[in-house]
Amino acid sequence: MRFVDEFRNADTAHALAARIAELCEPGRQYKLMEVCGGHTHTIYKHGLEDYLPEQITLVHGPGCPVCVIPMGRVDDAMALAAEPDVIMTSFGDMMRVPGSNGSFFDAKARGTDIRMVYSPLDSLKIARQNPDKRVVFMAIGFETTAPSTAMTVLRAAAEGLRNFSIFCNHVTIVPAIKAILDSPDLRLDGFIGPGHVSTVIGCRPYEFIARDYGKPVVTAGFEPLDILQSIYMLMLQLSRGESIVENQYSRVVPWDGNPVALKAIGETMELRPYFEWRGLGFISHSALKVREKYAAFDAELLFSVPGVRVADPTACQCGEVLKGVLKPWECKVFGTACTPETPIGTCMVSPEGACAAYYNYGRLTRTRVKEASRS
Amino acid sequence: MCLGIPGEVIEFLPDQPDLARVDVSGVKRVINVGLLSDELLEPGDWVLIHVGFALSKIDEDEAAAALSFLQGIGQAYEDELAALQESRIE
Repeated sequence: MRFVDEFRNADTAHALAARIAELCEPGRQYKLMEVCGGHTHTIYKHGLEDYLPEQITLVHGPGCPVCVIPMGRVDDAMALAAEPDVIMTSFGDMMRVPGSNGSFFDAKARGTDIRMVYSPLDSLKIARQNPDKRVVFMAIGFETTAPSTAMTVLRAAAEGLRNFSIFCNHVTIVPAIKAILDSPDLRLDGFIGPGHVSTVIGCRPYEFIARDYGKPVVTAGFEPLDILQSIYMLMLQLSRGESIVENQYSRVVPWDGNPVALKAIGETMELRPYFEWRGLGFISHSALKVREKYAAFDAELLFSVPGVRVADPTACQCGEVLKGVLKPWECKVFGTACTPETPIGTCMVSPEGACAAYYNYGRLTRTRVKEASRS
Repeated sequence: MCLGIPGEVIEFLPDQPDLARVDVSGVKRVINVGLLSDELLEPGDWVLIHVGFALSKIDEDEAAAALSFLQGIGQAYEDELAALQESRIE
């Protein structure tokens, strides 16, 4: 485990933190957004904010796929699941996400046939085994899971399977970052780029952030020292007045991504004109739908989908948390009405959600003290 | 679901070159390796797996680092492994 120790070594972390502190201009505040929920998790688990100088604030971004699914889409999926002969299949992460009439788990308890699967290929297998049923896969996630859905649709088409379809809710990360950059609520200085999404899309799609918005981007790995090193690389750019895209996670992320995965997505899916994100509202060209060529596998065409927009519960401030405007503990219901056991908002459902990460690792008191001392 | 889990390729399935049996923390299951068709993949290689598909080839050190990250996550990784255990891709 030599490698892991290298990435966890506290002395190295402190040395890196000292170099980061040296790069801070006196009197300047820095806000860096980690886009990916996996990074949020590492930051709270290892208390990385405690290593950083007071001048640097980490803002948690929208990169938790379960967190951004709007209530209306959960309701649509439930309506699909309630159609005759339908078996709805879903990743486990999705099962507790609240719609306006409860979650998939609640619907399952009421007798709806909703089954948890590990992979869309397991869903395909259920379709093969149940030729008299109509099997729908609840497809969610960013570009990390979209290739799997795409490959599954291609496989279903090759097999000529007629009782399998997907309810496509795949979203793309770049338009969400752009929406945040265009939002007047928040001034950010740089981005810690997502790790696994970049395995698929590579680093080029972030170039506009550096070029058009003048903000540095560093794609990062998931170890604590990966994240500290990425922050150092961002600060180095900021201290030099530069803004470029760099790849700290090059041991996994190729600069051009995975061309086979991108081709599979492009073959089976195309961008929607717009899509609603929970908390962020409608964002243009931010989600994928099934291409007409594969219409036979598009649950939205095979079934009637209500498509009703449902407002988030008024008490829930996930939107502000997803945009990084509010810290999780600043939400009115955090830790009281909204907990991982009884989530009101999606940020508390997924372990990658910022609220669940805060809640589970007890960073609440420490961060509050730090915030209070700053104001 | 969003977790990339490291697995070691044990063997490729006869007549199905896109499918390989992998070992993930002792759990041996079949996954799809079609997304790595551009790479030379052999038994003994490590891959990062997302929802039943190998998304990238990694070296053994990176696999150890990824595994350690996942074990630190706790419940979410246990849920993912439990889901993988139920998986019967063919």
